[in-house]
Amino acid sequence: MAWTWFHRLASPPHVYALAARLTPWFAWPAAVCIVAGLYGGLVLAPPDYQQGDGFRIMYVHVPSAWMSLMVYTTMAVAAAIGLIWRMKVAHAVAASCAPIGASFTFVALVTGSLWGEPMWGTYWEWDPRLTSELILLFLYLGYIGLRAGIEDPQRADRASALLAVVGIVNVPIIHYSVVWRNSLHQAPSVMRLAKPAMPLSMLTPLLLMLLGFTLLFGALLLVRLRGEVLARERTASWIREAVEG
Amino acid sequence: MKEFLDMGGYAAFVWPAYLITFAVVGLNIAWARRALARSQRDARRRLQTQVQLRKEAA
Repeated sequence: MAWTWFHRLASPPHVYALAARLTPWFAWPAAVCIVAGLYGGLVLAPPDYQQGDGFRIMYVHVPSAWMSLMVYTTMAVAAAIGLIWRMKVAHAVAASCAPIGASFTFVALVTGSLWGEPMWGTYWEWDPRLTSELILLFLYLGYIGLRAGIEDPQRADRASALLAVVGIVNVPIIHYSVVWRNSLHQAPSVMRLAKPAMPLSMLTPLLLMLLGFTLLFGALLLVRLRGEVLARERTASWIREAVEG
Repeated sequence: MKEFLDMGGYAAFVWPAYLITFAVVGLNIAWARRALARSQRDARRRLQTQVQLRKEAA
């Protein structure tokens, strides 16, 4: 049957074992990409003709901002699957995403602010892009708070999933906020249909950092997922194998 | 080296940005491992309670 893989992904013992096996395959390539990206971004890439060495903040700001949106999308899709198919593992994925996404949204805001001061002359502006990213942080925090406030795990899963799914409307708003309206923030220079607006020596380290952070998210998610799956199982006999094997 | 650390005059913005990013990366790794360890400990405790209850019932 073509759907067996889907059913296997719904099986907690299978997911627990698979996540443990897959973690190093994400963690080590992530480390390699990030180290290479750092070297390329801090040492090899030439200074920008307008921003000098200040543009190097891009190599941490853009991957963090990418994480903030990619993790939220993953969380909302997992939450929707959990709601529709009542799949415990999907809820566990969504719950694992929230702290990772929240922390990188915070990083995107802080590094953006540190980039804004020398280039725009201000740490903060109530601009559409900045404001919608701040709302994203509040969505993550709301999700975490809601989960923490509900004692029954199944009710916490369902209520927080609803919030995650509704909050997804903010993701395209963030992405297009710089295109739709006049924003202080620059328009996309990599994720667009035309050729990226950057020479290869600047672009390559950025792509390495983006790939590295995405793989890092995979590794963090897999570790957290095992914890969340285990916490949702009360009596299953496979737990003995999982914690004692 | 001095030139590299100076970041063309942007050192006060570039280095804090990198520091915060990698502090959060490190914290995320520590938090994820701690969360898993806590779940494993709780699961072990639940198993022990079950064994205890079964013994008492027998």
